[in-house]
Amino acid sequence: MDEMVRVKNLRKEFGALVAIEDLSFSVARGEIVGLLGPNGAGKTTALSILMGLVTPTAGSVRVFGLELERNRVEVLQRMNFSSAYTALPSNLRVEENLTVFARLYSVKNPREKINELLELLEIAHLKKRVVGRLSSGESARVSLCKSLLNDPELLLLDEPTASLDPDIADKVRKWLRQVQRDRGIGMIYTSHNMRDVEEVCDRVLFMQKGKIFAEGTPRSIVAQFQEKSLESLFIRVARSGDVEEV
Amino acid sequence: MNWSVILGLVLRYTYIIRRSVPRMIEMLFWPMLDLLVWGFLTIYLQKLNHGTPSAVTFLLGAMIFWDVLFRSQQGMTVSFLEDVWTRNIINVFVAPVRVREFLTATALVGLIKVGIIIVLLTVVAWWLYGFNLTVLGWGLIPLFVNLMVMGWGIGMVTTALIMRFGQAVEMLAWAIPFLFQPLSAVFYPVSVLPPWLQAVAWGLPSTHVFEGMRSVLAGGGFPSGYLLWAMGLNAVFLAAETWFFMWMYQSTREKGYLAKLGTQ
Repeated sequence: MDEMVRVKNLRKEFGALVAIEDLSFSVARGEIVGLLGPNGAGKTTALSILMGLVTPTAGSVRVFGLELERNRVEVLQRMNFSSAYTALPSNLRVEENLTVFARLYSVKNPREKINELLELLEIAHLKKRVVGRLSSGESARVSLCKSLLNDPELLLLDEPTASLDPDIADKVRKWLRQVQRDRGIGMIYTSHNMRDVEEVCDRVLFMQKGKIFAEGTPRSIVAQFQEKSLESLFIRVARSGDVEEV
Repeated sequence: MNWSVILGLVLRYTYIIRRSVPRMIEMLFWPMLDLLVWGFLTIYLQKLNHGTPSAVTFLLGAMIFWDVLFRSQQGMTVSFLEDVWTRNIINVFVAPVRVREFLTATALVGLIKVGIIIVLLTVVAWWLYGFNLTVLGWGLIPLFVNLMVMGWGIGMVTTALIMRFGQAVEMLAWAIPFLFQPLSAVFYPVSVLPPWLQAVAWGLPSTHVFEGMRSVLAGGGFPSGYLLWAMGLNAVFLAAETWFFMWMYQSTREKGYLAKLGTQ
């Protein structure tokens, strides 16, 4: 399969703290890869490095075959991001927010694109609404709309279903699967919701203390560690505090 | 430079002003309040001095000129802060936006704000106090441009500091420009400063602009000497301030502060 992301021997130190010790992985075109791990495992740092927000201490990151640090704008033009921890300006209307981002991503025919995505995510009726007055489920869908504006080849998702009720979370998972199928978008997905990961991800990278200690399909990882589910493995990893003890 | 990106950012910051009555009021309220206080004070001073009209023109002119510098700085820094406050800053920095496009957009927002305020202040100053800013003639434009450029430079420094040290230092957005006010000899000539401080004051582009403004208002010609000094100093300062911004930007990426800024 065509390789979109290639991370090799990545290391990130914040002073004395080693956030990522030695991380290597790749993501193929159209593949959904889950980054799992307890708090402090290095998932967010890895994601931040992939978006060019944080510079690595050592190692290399190539996205679409391009070295990220030297081709930051070209790479970012072909990917997008959505997170439960960021927000779109609350005092702007949905349409205004999306228009601004359509310009930032140099989207051709922005009006058509915005309408198409609003329809896809079933929020066309919210177009004129101010973002600050939307429910968290509606805001999450607007954020997903923003992340699909530039027809990204790679989507980075940081806990996209956090704070959503089970119904909306389920819908979001289905939309993500649908856009992945229809558009062949590759995704890197971080979540603390194991159901998300089992349902959405083709492959999981289980991280702890800045390293990958398990890699495979959700089912194969569960089998490898002889656990009932990813969730019970997650709890075991989080409580053991050390990979060797798992 | 991608002008679609720049326009997108300008659009985003102008939408905020249009959509928020408090922000619109904030933009117009303080300059208007300043104009009223300084205007009536100068009328009082004029009466005490048995009618020297230059007092009115000097003080009102200085007040309006100061607002050019302050608002262009604010346009830059507050635009950045708006994205921090709304947790949108990461969305902007992970978009294909070059740093120079971001800086150009925020500088343009400063220009738009200055334009609106100056038109308003000029009309009100003429209507209430009979002060005609256009007596400065064509010299007005390069004087304004120099103040705006200095404001942008200070805006870059304050934005860089907020980016590096986080929201805890956001009050610097309002405080830092006022550090330059006493040294820039805004409301009085440089000659009233102690000699050692005069040397420092002449090192600022703004001092040359305010001296140039007073010289024109006092009936002098086009202040080319002052302008040349202001332009030269601005070029040096702007180069240093751009370097400082880039250094801070790289530092925030190395230390991971940029990623944290938007989610705190």
